[in-house]
Amino acid sequence: MYPRTPHQEDQPILDCDHLSLAYNGSLALEDITFHLHPGDLVALVGPNGAGKSTLLKVLAGVLAPTRGRVSIFGSGPRRHVCIAFIPQRSQVEWQFPVSVADVVMMGRSAKLRPFVWPSKRDWEAVNSALATVGLENLAKRQIGQLSGGQQQRMFIARALAQEAELMLMDEPLTGLDLPSQESLLALLSDLQKRGITVMAATHDLEQAAQYFDRIMLLNRRLIAFGDAQHVLQPEKLIRAYGRHIQLVETPSGLVALEDSCCDRGEEHEHAV
Amino acid sequence: MNTLYEALLQPLSYAFMQRALVAVVLVGAVCAVVGTYVVLRGMAFFGDALAHTILPGVAVGYLISGGAREPLFWWALGASVISALGIGAISKNATIKEDTAIGIVFAGMFALGIALISTVRSYAVDLSHFLFGDVLGVSNQALWKIGVFGAVVLLIVAAFYKEFLTYSFDPVLAITLRMPVGLLNNLLLVLLAVTVAVSLQTVGVALMVAMLVTPAATAYLLTYRLPMMMALAAVFAALSGVIGLYLSYYTSIASGAAIVLVATGFFLLAFLFAPGRGILWKQDRRLQHS
Repeated sequence: MYPRTPHQEDQPILDCDHLSLAYNGSLALEDITFHLHPGDLVALVGPNGAGKSTLLKVLAGVLAPTRGRVSIFGSGPRRHVCIAFIPQRSQVEWQFPVSVADVVMMGRSAKLRPFVWPSKRDWEAVNSALATVGLENLAKRQIGQLSGGQQQRMFIARALAQEAELMLMDEPLTGLDLPSQESLLALLSDLQKRGITVMAATHDLEQAAQYFDRIMLLNRRLIAFGDAQHVLQPEKLIRAYGRHIQLVETPSGLVALEDSCCDRGEEHEHAV
Repeated sequence: MNTLYEALLQPLSYAFMQRALVAVVLVGAVCAVVGTYVVLRGMAFFGDALAHTILPGVAVGYLISGGAREPLFWWALGASVISALGIGAISKNATIKEDTAIGIVFAGMFALGIALISTVRSYAVDLSHFLFGDVLGVSNQALWKIGVFGAVVLLIVAAFYKEFLTYSFDPVLAITLRMPVGLLNNLLLVLLAVTVAVSLQTVGVALMVAMLVTPAATAYLLTYRLPMMMALAAVFAALSGVIGLYLSYYTSIASGAAIVLVATGFFLLAFLFAPGRGILWKQDRRLQHS
């Protein structure tokens, strides 16, 4: 029922080749080419409406590209169950009658055929995933009773239970308080140590520079991709953000203050 | 005490009451379990439209069979499955807004059904049976059909439990797990269609949506777990059916309306008193905090 193609280990975990996506007659993504290696920790930044969510969904095989190609270990994303897409918290129905463990078990569904109920091994996988993200004591809670940071970690546990090797996260830090952001960032670096490849959309350029190995600057086109020094340069930032970004020179380097957050607020909502 | 006992037993001396009671319990349980997904996925309007859309199919069967009851089930079933997949396709590819498209189609089909039925001279009684149900007229044969098709629906819901759950909670996850989401969606629509056809004689097309959403919504307010929500919804639906039938027996209220009113009563109680989520509970908490 569920297709799965063996990985060609000599191929990059993610290879994006001249990818374009037309949406309602205009190009939401245009001619994007890059590749990732296992264990990469990448921040995806760009203004609202830049196509960050859309790009993540194309990479996950949720949306089909109009032109170009995505391959995961040498074949199309729709042939793999090793990709996890972690939604924005504002897109989730938090009143849904499921517990934290139920949601994490959904990640195991990929490993189970229809008619088959979870085995002891599946529950062990769920428990160990919950322990990795530090939610083992909240397994029986209804999901709406978690804090924002806990909700985000629950989805990471779900991706772990899925045995995902590539995790695509849509604004995981948005709406979290500072301590929650920091513990989530620590978790991301744990994931990296396990060899998991992470690509996370974010608004915070400073965090992107500090906690991620590489930054991808996107505004429909791929403006720049590389380490912070290479990407966070005035002319590139202006190309991505236009006049909506304010650049401030400080002793520690160039700091970009983004003030465009809600200009075109169609792409996301802010969680409270 | 004895009189209460007699009041409960006396209607059971009629075979039609026994059959009706079995019918409302079966139909209630199936509607409630499928209705859980209707509530969680926000498909109430879809369910209502589906129930109304099958009227022309039933009407054609009614005209062809010259008023015989038994073949009507098959006409309802066919019309229901076609309508469900049809409305499903419309709502995916609508050039106007989805709910507007559904509204146009369902009202149009409903009008066509009434028009067809009204070509028969003595249509008023039969039309009201289609609209509001005729549970007291359920035959043994109809009861068997309800039992068999209801059991098939419940079995499929159980067999694809984790797929329906995943797809309903997070469709994007279902896609990245490479579940056949188009197939799952259509399967859910067909299950809904079979449920509607099975329930037609009990509550009729006009009140069908209440059987789908009211017990499920009541259960939603009382639990945080899906299997429990399904079980509670089935219990509330069956109870509403039984209490509604007795109410109808002793007060001469139309049975379909009585059942739906009891179900609505349960919902209101939960809405007011549900622990943690009822209106009064919240008010009480607010008073304690201030």
